[in-house]
Amino acid sequence: MASGNNHSSQDKGNMAVAIFLLIIVIVSVLLSFFSPWQFTEIASNWGYIDFTVILTFWICGIVFVVIGLFMVYTTWKFRYRADARADYEPENPKLEWWLTIVTTIGVVAMLAPGLIVWNDFVNPPDDVQEVEVLSKQWGWAFRFPGEDGKFGTVHVDNIDADNSFGMNMADPNGEDDVLVQGNTLHLPVDQAYKVLLRSNDVLHDFWVPEFRAKMDAVPGMITYFWFTPTRIQDEPYEVVCAELCGRGHYTMRGWVKVDTQDDFQSWLGTQPTWADVQAATALDAMSPEAKRGREIWAAEGCNACHSLDGTAVVGPTWLNLWNSTRNLADGNTVTVDEAYFVESIREPAVKIVEGFSPAMVAYDDETVTQDEIQALIALLKESVDAPADAPDGP
Amino acid sequence: MAQAEIPYQEAIPLHDPHSWITKYWFSQDHKVIAVQYGITAVAVGLVALVLSWIMRTQIGFPGMFEWITPDIYYQSVTMHGMIMVIYLLTAFLLGSFGNYLVPLMLGARDMVFPFVNMISYHVYFASVIILMLGYLPGMEGPTGAGWTLYPPQAILSGTPGADWGILTMLASLAVFIVAFTMGGLNYITTILQARTRGMTMMRMPLSIWGIGMATVLGLLAFPALFVSAIMMTLDNVLGTSFFMPAISSAGAEHEYEGGSPLLFQHLFWFFGHPEVYIVALPAFGVVSDLISVHARKNIFGYRLMVWAIVAIGGLSFIVWAHHMYVAGMHPYFGFFFATTTLIIAVPTAIKVYNWTLTLWRANIRFTVPMLFAIAFVLTFVVGGLTGLFLGNVIVDVPLSDTYFVVAHFHMVMGVAPILVIFGGIYHWYPKITGRMLNDTIGRIHFWITFIGTYAIYFPMHFLAIPRRYYEYNVGESAILTPSMDILNQSITITAYIVGIAQFLFIYNLIVSYRHGREAGDNPWEANSLEWRTPQTPPVHGNWGERLPTVHRWAYDFSVPGEERDFIPQDVPRKAQA
Repeated sequence: MASGNNHSSQDKGNMAVAIFLLIIVIVSVLLSFFSPWQFTEIASNWGYIDFTVILTFWICGIVFVVIGLFMVYTTWKFRYRADARADYEPENPKLEWWLTIVTTIGVVAMLAPGLIVWNDFVNPPDDVQEVEVLSKQWGWAFRFPGEDGKFGTVHVDNIDADNSFGMNMADPNGEDDVLVQGNTLHLPVDQAYKVLLRSNDVLHDFWVPEFRAKMDAVPGMITYFWFTPTRIQDEPYEVVCAELCGRGHYTMRGWVKVDTQDDFQSWLGTQPTWADVQAATALDAMSPEAKRGREIWAAEGCNACHSLDGTAVVGPTWLNLWNSTRNLADGNTVTVDEAYFVESIREPAVKIVEGFSPAMVAYDDETVTQDEIQALIALLKESVDAPADAPDGP
Repeated sequence: MAQAEIPYQEAIPLHDPHSWITKYWFSQDHKVIAVQYGITAVAVGLVALVLSWIMRTQIGFPGMFEWITPDIYYQSVTMHGMIMVIYLLTAFLLGSFGNYLVPLMLGARDMVFPFVNMISYHVYFASVIILMLGYLPGMEGPTGAGWTLYPPQAILSGTPGADWGILTMLASLAVFIVAFTMGGLNYITTILQARTRGMTMMRMPLSIWGIGMATVLGLLAFPALFVSAIMMTLDNVLGTSFFMPAISSAGAEHEYEGGSPLLFQHLFWFFGHPEVYIVALPAFGVVSDLISVHARKNIFGYRLMVWAIVAIGGLSFIVWAHHMYVAGMHPYFGFFFATTTLIIAVPTAIKVYNWTLTLWRANIRFTVPMLFAIAFVLTFVVGGLTGLFLGNVIVDVPLSDTYFVVAHFHMVMGVAPILVIFGGIYHWYPKITGRMLNDTIGRIHFWITFIGTYAIYFPMHFLAIPRRYYEYNVGESAILTPSMDILNQSITITAYIVGIAQFLFIYNLIVSYRHGREAGDNPWEANSLEWRTPQTPPVHGNWGERLPTVHRWAYDFSVPGEERDFIPQDVPRKAQA
């Protein structure tokens, strides 16, 4: 009764399994060597990281091929035959010990070099310079310690429309800190840099694929990694955020331009210090209404996506926006006037400017009042001249 | 026999169902509860399947559907991940397989605490309902924080569902853990206390070892998730600062001060890594039994397989921070966790060797359950080997948070256990219903699922681009090359096809229930006790007058000198002449 009722199925002894397993092994190997999707060309000192990846690839690849082909062989050779009978072999301690030892050797061969490189990775060299990367939803900002080589202290409580880094006013070490304008960081070639990571709000992760290294930025603490840029190219390297940080995560980009030492120094000279920024703010010629708009811009979080200095963040910059004509994603054009501006706040998804995503939430009358919108419009009307260099993305 | 009689099981007055409600809804029969868990898990799994279509549509064809906004995308990513890990895989492997197999394979009449077992299912059902509340109108959608729910992001307004979605998610998890604890205590107690005469620990089928060890892990690991859910709820509702440092979000200051986002990550992964093995160990156990039965050969190295399960379970508690190599924790942790993580590869590799060595000189019947078992081994080999990249701290640095990670965990703990779940369903459906599933539909389902998932996930290893991105080429970015775009599109189309094939499977389950071929008591000619019940399907109480007595292990296949190629566990040994 129990036996015999499904012995008839011819499928039980077919060779399809062995054939498909063989195809999968072959295609997997071919794809590994000939796929068009390879690592970006390295542009930092972390060739050792690539070495550990390649070492792991070869050891694991060989294991994959051996096990795969073993399965191909067994599923072909020992496929069901009515007159055959399986061996009875509960254990084979010698074989099991042998396999355990070989596996352990393979694991050590990957782990030992990995730990040696990790030791390099976490211990910066003595001649390292420092640069701070400040992350926030959804953009990057950069700070150098200035001539004294010391960063001024910071705290999120100090952050406002005029102090996006949260600089501590009372700390003299901060006066000469260089606050980079825009979202492009310049670094000199062949100089080791320790990247100090800070976040104002949530987790982020500063990653330039060409540099290989990455690390999370964690609010409330300072994390770091170090690297030496080694390759100058005309195009800047793209910074991407690698840790989910909210609905604008995918838009959080920036740029790193690797320069010669001379080019770097002349670029650094164009960037204002914290003392310069404070002086410029004091001379600000904005009308009181536009200043009120600027406070609303910061308080309501408009600044998270819309810059005033021409930087393209998640949303379009507000610099030179008023009365301009914009191309929309649906092919139409629109002039930025009061009606369009109000609509873009109340129902932002209706008219999306070409090249941007519908990432903005709607603000209703209770969140941003009609009166506050008037102040924002005053701000827009006065945001016509670049306060600093325009960003130099590619 | 070494073991004493278990008198209470011989004539236990079972809770006797009198009505449809007590028989099929508030049942205390472990077999009915197993089916309840299974149907609920599959139903919620179909929701996760549709969510994966939404996110793949956006990745493959960005901008084609305007209604897939970033909020919808991130909510789909989050809910897909959480449903698959907790509400499908954990619930199915332990709630369904655990409930069905533990008493039957051990020769028990039921779980030791049948009433608690019944409550366990209904609490699980409640957790599923709470999980879905975020989709109700007025709730502003479920959370979009990613299934890891990392604070501060998860409870701030820059993330979708920061008002209600995150609260319903945390509440649902807490309720699920209550359900799991009730079920888990039952499995452990039953395995330790209710084995029939002669069923020593070292005669238990490996399915039971896997389920038992996974349950121990769950009982020790889920409390860490439970407390972190409570603490995050307090941070959100009462404004405490367990996980929240001083922050300035969207221009506004918050009252938080002094908390640590890393504390949450440690708690989450102290649960989250054992969770991988909570899913993997039952799958390891079940697939061992499937391979042995359908290869007509004893499982190779049974004792080493048992100790590998125990070793993996123990080690799984000291590897958690390998999920946090680039999270900003003290860099010296990397040395420790990379070492422990790569050590765990050794017992895991032994399991793979023993599965493949079981095929050596076997007589392999390529039944549908066996096809899924073999597909599992190959998928698990790929997923396990890529784990050696990510577990080695420095190799992880360039790969973490990219599609390599997505490919790795989908193969190792997504596709691989699901292949085992399918194999197990095709294997035990005849015992559960008394009828065979349709073989032809089963084979079509198998080939589309196996080849399809491999075609989806294997090429993903080469996509060195960040994961959890709604769109790649925004502004002046050119991070996504044209060839990557083509790959993303082909992955999406394959995902549609694989998804549709799952509805063939559902159709098979429904139609075969009435129209399937009669299965008989033991259609696969297997040895373990569940195939030795006096009735098929087994009645409430499982066994007739007397419980079976076990005389041998579950793997006496093709014993030399025997007429048949299998000897069930309750067949006495021949008197030695």
